Amino acid sequence: MLSIGLLYPDLLGTYGDGGNATVLAARARARQIPVDIVAVRSGDELIDADLYLVGGGEDGPQRQATELLRATSFTRRVDDGAVVFAVCAGLQILGESFAVEGDESYEGLGCVSAVTTRGPQRRVGEMATTVGTHTLVGFENHGGLTTLGAEVAPLGTVVAGYGNDGVVDGYQWRNVLATYAHGPALALNPWLADLLLEKALGHEVAPLPTVADALYRERVAALLAN
Amino acid sequence: MFLRDKMRAPIMVTSSFNFPPSWKRLLQKGQPSPRLALLCFLDSISVDVMAISSLRTAVARRAVRLTNAAVRFTGRGSGTVAGGHVGLRIDPQLLGKLSRGRTVILVSGTNGKTTTSALVRAGWGGVVASNDTGANMPAGHVAALVSSTASAVVLEVDEAWLDVVVAATAPKVVVLLNLSRDQLDRASEVRQLAQRWRDMVAAHPDVAYVANASDPMVAYAVDGAPLVFWVEVPRGWREDARSCPRCTALLTFDTTWHCTCGFAQPLATTSIDERGEVVLDGAALPLALGLPGFFNRVNAAFAVRALSLVGVAPEDAAARVAGVSAVQGRYGLRQWRGQTVRLLLAKNPAGVGALIDEFLTTKDELWVALNARVADGRDPSWIYDAPFELLEGRAVWCLGDRRLDMATRLHYANVTTTVVDRQDDLPAGITPVTVIANYTAFREIFEASTPC
Repeated sequence: MLSIGLLYPDLLGTYGDGGNATVLAARARARQIPVDIVAVRSGDELIDADLYLVGGGEDGPQRQATELLRATSFTRRVDDGAVVFAVCAGLQILGESFAVEGDESYEGLGCVSAVTTRGPQRRVGEMATTVGTHTLVGFENHGGLTTLGAEVAPLGTVVAGYGNDGVVDGYQWRNVLATYAHGPALALNPWLADLLLEKALGHEVAPLPTVADALYRERVAALLAN
Repeated sequence: MFLRDKMRAPIMVTSSFNFPPSWKRLLQKGQPSPRLALLCFLDSISVDVMAISSLRTAVARRAVRLTNAAVRFTGRGSGTVAGGHVGLRIDPQLLGKLSRGRTVILVSGTNGKTTTSALVRAGWGGVVASNDTGANMPAGHVAALVSSTASAVVLEVDEAWLDVVVAATAPKVVVLLNLSRDQLDRASEVRQLAQRWRDMVAAHPDVAYVANASDPMVAYAVDGAPLVFWVEVPRGWREDARSCPRCTALLTFDTTWHCTCGFAQPLATTSIDERGEVVLDGAALPLALGLPGFFNRVNAAFAVRALSLVGVAPEDAAARVAGVSAVQGRYGLRQWRGQTVRLLLAKNPAGVGALIDEFLTTKDELWVALNARVADGRDPSWIYDAPFELLEGRAVWCLGDRRLDMATRLHYANVTTTVVDRQDDLPAGITPVTVIANYTAFREIFEASTPC
């Protein structure tokens, strides 16, 4: 049984982020792997999960989710190697600090050496980054400028859009993958969904051709053409 | 030159007239061109009368009419927005001046604005000025108020423009339907909008608000206003209001909602029961609605309540509202590609959810058309917030620019899909068909189809 913990969908789920859990579950089940999605809503206890998803959200709920997570064992779990996919606000929360309204700095969970300040302008649009031999495509909508510590590797190199700073996007730290590509990034990037499944399961998964492959090819072609 | 003699106004000869930057933008490629109108109107007045307030308004009104006539004449669209922009540029106070002395009802919210406005208009009876082309920002409002001098006015208003339009038009009634996520790539996020509405309500305590008590975001915006008529709406969209808009703690939902901080669902005087019966002040109101769907009965309840506040008897309003069977091409049956389709518009998760509920009561085929152009919002990720899982077991044909996004979404919801790359590949002779399309996809199919 693969358990997926969807963290605070009531606070962090502004941009279809719940779609990532749907995609992971469907791709696991298609391979006869039983799956349990557990939505951890604010007020619920943190559960043991093989894979945690942290989504995007507005400033107030983002701070609230940070406080809720701070009171749990989440940081220790990350240190111990929990598999986490964090998007947008989720990316910022796991870092050391992030900016909120009025440029005020807010203390993050400190799981990852990443500092987010208010960027020069809000970035709204499609983005593409190079991650190893793959392209990650998605949509970003944020005002953050994220700087990574020297020991933290970015997830990808920006080809289109902005990401952390116009040069790189997201980060990889222990078993945490983070990106500014919000919403159903795993729907657009089936390779990334499978990469996370493999990390969580601890073994490779068989190829799974679906219509998502055609969507991925189309978005990559559309973004790289510009 | 009589203007100079009469008004002692400084004059400027037309030939030296400089186009303001916003007019230049309008003249750029791809925009409806008001060029013809500008020439007509500059020719006819010969002088710059911008310094004279009342004349400025008269000129602005005339510019709106001429621009819109020109845009229509040159086949560049219905022209309502271009004319309104020109008018507002000449006289920024134009919307307020055009509203003066009229009875104005404004309708706003994420979903149901257009339909509810149409129901208010029909229910009012007689001549009603309204922006029934769907242009729901000030330029569209100006155009509507120039094209009709009726004293009764109903305007649908974009959520983000509502505070501006309330301040300008001094409405008698403002209808607040709901507030949920929509086009997040350019609109404000839901809580920011609720806060702006709240500031607006505080600044305009003399307005009667007809507000959705079941939507915590709307309740937060209107909470504390002296004149509120609450409407209870069962089965509403709640994913954007899981946490309390006042204190951010988790809200509890049972038949009504409440929070540990004491914020709770207000008591409503208008309600729709689970069977769709409209109840006004404790009495059921007979309503044989021509529009399909539970959500349209909700819209009708808002309309009837709003009209009761401008002196229209609910029974009379209900009788007139019953005659509406299509709104801007929505809901009505149309002929498209040789078959009969019911064309429905949905552009956000709550809207799709309501239409799917309705679709599931039919045996129709379902075609879904998805675009992600500027008017739709460039980010189609909202489809993952819409409850497409309800369609499990049905077969859906996917159309539109972003048909692969749609097919992928439905694939993950266990729905069988066919991706239609060319419209010629659509099956013929299947009837009836329900078509759910988002904004620009809807416009395209609407324009390519004919009424039955």
